[in-house]
Amino acid sequence: MKSLKDLEEIRKKTLDSINMRKDEESTRVVIGMATCGIAAGARPVLLAFMDEIGKRNLQHVTVSQTGCIGMCKLEPIVEIFEPNKEKVTYVKMTPEKAVRVVNDHLVNNRIVTEYTIGNYEK
Amino acid sequence: MYRSHVMVCGGTGCTSSRSLEIIQRFEELIAANGLSDEVKVVRTGCFGLCERGPIVVIYPEGAFYARITPEDVDRIVSEHLLKGRVVKDLIYHENDDKPTNTSLNDIGFYKKQHRIALRNCGMIDPENIDEYIAYDGYKALGKCLTELTREEVIDIVKKSGLRGRGGAGFPTGMKWEFGYKSVSDQKYVVCNGDEGDPGAFMDRSVLEGDPHSVLEAMAIAGYAVGASQGYIYVRAEYPIAVKRLEIAIGQAREYGLLGKNIFGTDFSFDIEIRLGAGAFVCGEETALLTSIEGRRGEPRPRPPFPAVKGVFGKPTVLNNVETYANIPVIINKGYEWFSQMGTEKCKGTKVFALGGKIVNTGLVEVPMGTTVREIIYDIGGGIPNGKKFKAAQTGGPSGGCIPASCLDTPIDYESLIAIGSMMGSGGLIVMDEDNCMVDIAKFFLEFTADESCGKCTPCRVGTRRMLEILERITNGEGRDGDIEKLEQLAKNIKATALCGLGQTAPNPVLSTLRYFRDEYEAHIYEKRCPAGHCKKLARVTIDPEKCIGCSLCSKVCPVGAISGKVKSPFVIDQSKCIKCGACMEKCPRGAISKK
Repeated sequence: MKSLKDLEEIRKKTLDSINMRKDEESTRVVIGMATCGIAAGARPVLLAFMDEIGKRNLQHVTVSQTGCIGMCKLEPIVEIFEPNKEKVTYVKMTPEKAVRVVNDHLVNNRIVTEYTIGNYEK
Repeated sequence: MYRSHVMVCGGTGCTSSRSLEIIQRFEELIAANGLSDEVKVVRTGCFGLCERGPIVVIYPEGAFYARITPEDVDRIVSEHLLKGRVVKDLIYHENDDKPTNTSLNDIGFYKKQHRIALRNCGMIDPENIDEYIAYDGYKALGKCLTELTREEVIDIVKKSGLRGRGGAGFPTGMKWEFGYKSVSDQKYVVCNGDEGDPGAFMDRSVLEGDPHSVLEAMAIAGYAVGASQGYIYVRAEYPIAVKRLEIAIGQAREYGLLGKNIFGTDFSFDIEIRLGAGAFVCGEETALLTSIEGRRGEPRPRPPFPAVKGVFGKPTVLNNVETYANIPVIINKGYEWFSQMGTEKCKGTKVFALGGKIVNTGLVEVPMGTTVREIIYDIGGGIPNGKKFKAAQTGGPSGGCIPASCLDTPIDYESLIAIGSMMGSGGLIVMDEDNCMVDIAKFFLEFTADESCGKCTPCRVGTRRMLEILERITNGEGRDGDIEKLEQLAKNIKATALCGLGQTAPNPVLSTLRYFRDEYEAHIYEKRCPAGHCKKLARVTIDPEKCIGCSLCSKVCPVGAISGKVKSPFVIDQSKCIKCGACMEKCPRGAISKK
C-alpha cells in the first residue's frame, strides 16, 4: 500500500460486506421461510435477492428471513421495509421477479405493483 | 455477499467457556445446511458482558444471545439461520419479568456506555486487518503522515485533554512533546501492556479485540516524536492477546502500514513484541524499560524521565494500551469532539473492569464524571442476592476503597484521589456486607509484599511488617496500638519508597482505616469480625427462639459439632465448629447466624 487511495479502496470494499453490523436504519428485505415458503421455492428467491443486491452493491439493504407470514397459498412472500415508509408485500415470487424488484424497487424506488399482494387480490 | 453474520466472542472469558467449540459447531452446521455462502461466522473480541458469556450476536437482526453452549448451536442454526426465527429463550434478558431484549442497544448494560477505546471490540474480526480498515482504521495514521506536521499532531493530542489511562493520569500530549523535544539519533515508542492489577482486564481485551488500534496509535506517536522503532511490552500470561498482536503486526507489515516509507512518505516505523514474565513491578515504567533491555525488571529513580532517557538510554515515549486505543479516534474526529466528553480536568472516557459482588461482571466504558453509583447499579446491575453494597475497590493494590457514602462521586483522577482511592488502570471490585474490610486490606498487602522487587527497603521490609500486623488482627491476636503502628508504617513507606508501586502500597490499608476504622477496632478490641468473614473470629450460633428442632443442621455438619433433641432447640459446640457455614445454608428457618 502506498497511498491513502489504496487504503480507501480496502475500506470501501470491506465495509460493504460488514455494514449490516451497524445499527443504522436500513432497508430490509424479509423473505418468508417457513415450511410453506421453502416448499414453494423461497430459497432460490432469497439467493436471487442476495446475488442481485451484491451485484448492485446496495450497502443499505439487508436480506433476512422470517417465519410463516400467514398466506401460505401466496408463497414465496417477500416483504420490503424501508425507513419511514409503509412496507410493501410481494407475493408468488420467483428468482426472475426478485431481480426486477431489486432493480425497480430498491434501486429506482419504483414499486413493482403487478407483483404486490394488492394487485393479486384484484 | 453474506446475508447474515454470526459474531462469536473470542475474548478470554468466553474462550474459557467453550466459545471456540461454539464457533466450530456453527461452521459445521452451516456447512451441513448448505449455508456457507450465505452466513459468515466471525470470531470477535470482548463484548464486555462477560458475566453472560459465551456471547453470540447475529446480524442483521442484532439478536443478542447469551450463555450459549455448543449444544444450543443446533437450535440457533435450524431456527434462526435457516428459518429466520429468533430463538427467544436463548436471547439475553435483563430480568425475568421483561423477557425480550433482542438488540444490543436495548440492553441497559450498553445504554449508558460510550465506547471509544472499545469501539471495535465485538464489532470486527481482530485477526482481519481489512475489517479494522473498514471502520476507518489506519485513516488517522494516513492523515497524520500526509496532512499534519509533527507539531500539529502533538497539538491535537494536547488539546484533546487525553491523560494516561494506566493510572497516573499524566497528560499524553505533554509526554509526547517532551519526547519530541529530546534530541537524539534514536528514539523509541513503547506500549505498556503489562496489566498487573488483580481484577483488571481492559488492556487485555483491547489487545485481543482490536490490536490494530494500538499499532496505529504507536505509529502516530512514532511520527510525532520522531521514533522509528516501537516495543509492545505485554504479559506472557495473555496468550490470545500475544497471538493476535503477532498476526496484526504481520498483516500491517504486509500492507506496508508498518515498515519503511509508510504511505509513500519518508517515515519508517516498526514494532516488536516483548513478553513480560509476570512481575507486577514491570508495569512501573522504569522497571518496564529495564526489562525491555533484557535486564532484571527493577525500577530506578526519576529523573531522568523516560522521555529524556528511556530504553537503551534513548528518549522514549511510553503509554498504556487504552491510552493508545483513544488516539486514532481523536485524530479522525478532532480534539473538540473528544474534549466535549468528561469533566473539567479529565476528558473522554474510561474503561472499567467490573468484578466482585456485582451482577454484570464485565467490561464497561463510560464518560469521565460518571458516578460510581451509575456504574455499579445502572450498568453493573447492582449487587447479587439482595445483599447490601459495602465498598468498591478501585486502583488495585495502589488504590483504595470507596464506601457507600461516596457512591455519588463523579469518577475522575482527582475526585478519586480526594476520597482516598485512585483511578489506577480501572479495575473496579465491588464488595458487599459479607466482605471484611481488614481482610481486603490484607489481601492487597499480601499481593504487594509478594510482588515487591526488593530493591528498596521501605517496600521490601515495610510492606512485610504491615502484613504481619494485619494477619495478627484477622487471627484475633490484634493488640492495642496496632492501628497506630500501621499508620506510622504507611506514612513512612509512602514517603520513602523508590517507585510508584511502593509509594502507593499502603493505600488499601489507609483507605480502609479511613472509612472502616470501626471494623479494625472490632477485630482488635472485641475480637469479632463484623462481616463474619474472618474464620478465627467467627462464632456460629443457633437462635433457640427460631430453631424448630428439625435436626437438618446436625446431619449436614461435617465435624459433628451440632447436637440436640428433635423438636427442641439444637446447640453448636464452639470447640468443634469449623465455621464452614454448611448448617446455615440448610436451616429452613434461618435460625443460624455467623457473627
